[in-house]
Amino acid sequence: MARTTIQLRWLAHARSGDKGDAANVGLIALEPEYYEVLRSEVTAKRVARHFKGMVSAVERYELPNLNALNFMLHGALDGGGTMSLKTDAQGKVFSTALLRMEIEVPGKVARRAKEAAS
Amino acid sequence: MTERKTVRIASGQGFWGDWLEAPVRQVRGGPIDYLVMDYLAEVTMSILQKQRSRDPAMGYARDFVTQVQKILPEIAEGGVRVVSNAGGVNPRACAEAVRKAADEAGLGAKVRIALVTGDDMLERLDALAAGGEPLANMDTGRPLSDVRASVRAANAYLGMQPVVEALDRGANIVITGRVTDTGLTLGPLVHEFGWSHDDWDRIAAGTVAGHILECGAQSSGGNLLRDWRKVRKLEDVGFPIVAAEADGSFTVTKHSGTGGVVNIASVTEQLVYEMGDPTNYITPDGIADFTTIQLHQTGRDKVRVSGIRGAPRTDSLKVSIAYAWGWKAVGTLVYGWPEALDKAKAADKVLRKRLKSLGLEFEQVLTEFVGVDATHGRLAGDPDPDIAEVMLRVGVRSRDRDPVERFTREIAPLVLTGPPSVTGFAGGRPQVEEIVAYWPALVARELVEPHVTVEML
Repeated sequence: MARTTIQLRWLAHARSGDKGDAANVGLIALEPEYYEVLRSEVTAKRVARHFKGMVSAVERYELPNLNALNFMLHGALDGGGTMSLKTDAQGKVFSTALLRMEIEVPGKVARRAKEAAS
Repeated sequence: MTERKTVRIASGQGFWGDWLEAPVRQVRGGPIDYLVMDYLAEVTMSILQKQRSRDPAMGYARDFVTQVQKILPEIAEGGVRVVSNAGGVNPRACAEAVRKAADEAGLGAKVRIALVTGDDMLERLDALAAGGEPLANMDTGRPLSDVRASVRAANAYLGMQPVVEALDRGANIVITGRVTDTGLTLGPLVHEFGWSHDDWDRIAAGTVAGHILECGAQSSGGNLLRDWRKVRKLEDVGFPIVAAEADGSFTVTKHSGTGGVVNIASVTEQLVYEMGDPTNYITPDGIADFTTIQLHQTGRDKVRVSGIRGAPRTDSLKVSIAYAWGWKAVGTLVYGWPEALDKAKAADKVLRKRLKSLGLEFEQVLTEFVGVDATHGRLAGDPDPDIAEVMLRVGVRSRDRDPVERFTREIAPLVLTGPPSVTGFAGGRPQVEEIVAYWPALVARELVEPHVTVEML
């Protein structure tokens, strides 16, 4: 089956927050049918590669009941909380940084996602 | 036939600094039983402890007093009960200020204020250490003795139990220090429904309800990424309300006619906010498994939440210890087209060379180019070469105050001694800020709970 590259922003929405020096990103499928694609493609390893140089380690948790994955991005916040000098000291927009990631999906999934967005 | 009992808990504030109009709108916009107001975060505790160190009468969210003043008539009439951790690091001063406000309004006799204390561990740290409690840093494993001399505040996270006791004793305003955000909501539910403290599934359900309420409108359309353009009337946003039943299931909603939205997306975004392992959401009251949560849209702005499973609480409580780490400052300048980014980069180089030649040493110097890489780093890619302007933002931190102070004098000179087309310096010199860092630790539950008291004022 033909596969297409697509940015996560067309398949998921997300929210992030802080836990000490870690940011968490909850990645939520826009449609229940996208969840399995996210689960198989958006692995901890690939997210670690996406954020290379920006985080020290990535853990992933699954919430199939919410069609969501949760990522812990360790070492993401320059010390976090009151220590951090970053604009985004509390990791509020790490969520959309993850949505920049590209994954490969079946062509029909990509078409459907783009149609829904337009 | 008796109607099923429903308890309506409304969020009135999601952090210290949240919308001042929210509490009164929640109280007057429709029926509610409880108003919960969460003010505390680690950063907030650090600000409050700084205020207390300057003035022993301070250290609580003063906004809370003026907020409560506006709704004193409804509280006195029994229309609503208020539960808040606005007490910060000085809950007694907060409770006394509310008592004074109620008396001045002539409603003193009808307003029953409960003050919860016992979370403050500062005076007990050395005794705990002597008793063999290492209070090791949960992240690094280092013993507290590493930073003991610079400790400014130490507060244990208390759960819902003192809130339940306060409500059982008839309080209509409950003021606490570091009670968990979720405990503020769970407390009224346990009081109303008489749930046993070891009914772990219901404890978990009330905890999830608290998590959904604790950030205010962040579960009812605020900061909602999905379909954000379609969220209506945010200028008039309705803060979330949980309508809970005895079995632990509940509906998330908001007052009719208000702006914002309550849907699966808005609730899910809040559920995953600040989450770690979703199967193991630990609070002082129990553990909630977020992978058991079932959501169903049952009507406009109504999301039903059910199926939540929990597990027994642990034997420990978290203690948040604040200690003085050092100093920081952040300076900014704006560079205009053409070649705005190159000018900002050149200015950063000049600044760093000057700091070096002055012999100033920092633990960290961080440069960001706002508009280019400040929030997404290299993921943002190359900017438009014709970008209209770029903000240079340089932050420094150090154990010593002097180099940070000197750094703040090096920003403005760049205007006349650095690259051209620079503006945006009207705010004056950057401020030197003290860094109060956090040391999370665990302590045995039985060393804290006997010290927790509920006092009626």
